[in-house]
Amino acid sequence: MKEIRIHGRGGQGSVTAAELLAVAAFEDGKYSQAFPAFGVERRGAPVTAFVRLNDKPIRLRSQIYEPDYVIVQDATLVDVVNVAAGAKPEGFILINTEKSPSSFILNTKAPVKTLDATKLAMDIIGKPIVNTILAGAFAGVSGLINPESIKNAVMERFPGKVGEKNAAAIQAAYDLMEEQR
Amino acid sequence: MRKSMVVVEGSYAVAHAVKVCKPHVISAYPITPQTHIVEDLSQFAADGEMNCEYMNVESEFSAISALIGASAAGARTYTSTTSQGLALMHEALFNASGMRLPIVMTVVNRALSAPINIWNDQQDSISQRDTGWIQLYAEDVQESADMTPQLFKLSEDPDVLLPSMACMDGFILSHVYEPVILLEQGLTDEFLPTYSPEFMLDTKNPMSFGAFADPSTYTEFRYKQEKAMGEALRKIEEIANEFKDIYGRYYGGLIDGYALDDAEIVIMAMGSVIGTIKDTIDELRHDGESVGLLKVRSFRPFPADAIRAALKNAKVIVTLDKNISVGKNEGALCTEVKACLHNTDTRVPVIGFMLGHGGRDIPMSMIKKIINKAKLVEKGIFVESEFADLREDLA
Repeated sequence: MKEIRIHGRGGQGSVTAAELLAVAAFEDGKYSQAFPAFGVERRGAPVTAFVRLNDKPIRLRSQIYEPDYVIVQDATLVDVVNVAAGAKPEGFILINTEKSPSSFILNTKAPVKTLDATKLAMDIIGKPIVNTILAGAFAGVSGLINPESIKNAVMERFPGKVGEKNAAAIQAAYDLMEEQR
Repeated sequence: MRKSMVVVEGSYAVAHAVKVCKPHVISAYPITPQTHIVEDLSQFAADGEMNCEYMNVESEFSAISALIGASAAGARTYTSTTSQGLALMHEALFNASGMRLPIVMTVVNRALSAPINIWNDQQDSISQRDTGWIQLYAEDVQESADMTPQLFKLSEDPDVLLPSMACMDGFILSHVYEPVILLEQGLTDEFLPTYSPEFMLDTKNPMSFGAFADPSTYTEFRYKQEKAMGEALRKIEEIANEFKDIYGRYYGGLIDGYALDDAEIVIMAMGSVIGTIKDTIDELRHDGESVGLLKVRSFRPFPADAIRAALKNAKVIVTLDKNISVGKNEGALCTEVKACLHNTDTRVPVIGFMLGHGGRDIPMSMIKKIINKAKLVEKGIFVESEFADLREDLA
């Protein structure tokens, strides 16, 4: 079983990102589970969402304490939340930032990967919405999910122009990050 | 099976299940974490996907009261609520059962105030234990959805005619995305007959419901409710098997065992924690420990005979409760299990653990900690019941 923890701020679509990864992984033939950390939703407040992927049906219902992978949608969270808590050294922590991985001093053996998802979002989607891009970037670095499946999930959830722009951004993020696998 | 699955939110799967049961009247008041179920249902109704009267009302008390009227008039009726909303319905819940109205309600389990808390435990439905409603508890999203047609069939059975609650853990099941099979309309039509009540409000054949009973007849109304619960006990199993024949899925009828037959330590629980317990048992069994699970699916009617039979080889029984009877220092499952074993030869220790209140997470390490405490019973070290997950810094 692989476990992913997503950190974001209310309104950034962390729960949607978790949902898209679960839908895409299921299309790839895995079993999946996605759920929010059940906060009181407020725009801007730190939120957490979780994803599990497995070869067999998933029964475990607890939150995720030792994630294989961590996705951080907003780099300012690093000062507020212990995003590295329990992160497994074999995995990675993917942060949306214009900075380099070495500029983050985190208490972890897990490698840090970075991507300026906000810039990519502005360039391709025209809005600073990074959740779908980070899903694509996650697929790129981890190799766990087919980018086509994420694009299909996004097109299904947001049909038309919005979906198409997001799909293009997902592919761009995947291509950029595949080299860092 | 995988081929027909889709990844959807738990609430959507339940709303879809309600839709294919073709209720005539739905009345509900939105409250977290039930909201997504009634949003989806009102959308189906607005889009014409359901031929149903969807009544927006100003409170949960009105929601259940509206359904009491509609059900007495012969309609198939549904509502969903949680926590404070269910507490507000309390008075009318007795009426629905006493009038023998087969209303079906999804309870999205949530803690009660005060202090205010929107997260999961099961204090809300457990506190309605004695209202005369059937209560089943679901382990996962598929079971939460599948309970809907099962409960319509059970509640509307002429030998039962009691309202019922499908209990699903708030957020943990209502807000999770996982693969499920959305209930097929064709199979549901085959499984669930149309509701044709023998008694209903009808101007051509006037009768009254729940009007008045003096001491000469009141007791027999209660007796007949209890007898109907006894019928339900038998039919829950029967209906679970019919469901299996048609849909190919089965979760146990009244109870379900997992690694149970040779288990010395048996954990008993209800709801979504079952999955976490199963994964924990797999690990412990791998390490050679003799641990099993008895899932309690039906809390009302309480399956005392089935539980006694399932526990006959147990050496220690552990109950988990996401509720407390304050002043008894026990959860309801603990109390019921102790009581049902008292007049039998199975007089092994029953130790109760309360946990997961107000959304406190239950990781596998917590289940292991509890089992380690159960192992101390052999040495004579045990408490009757305690909170398993207290924060010592706040306690």
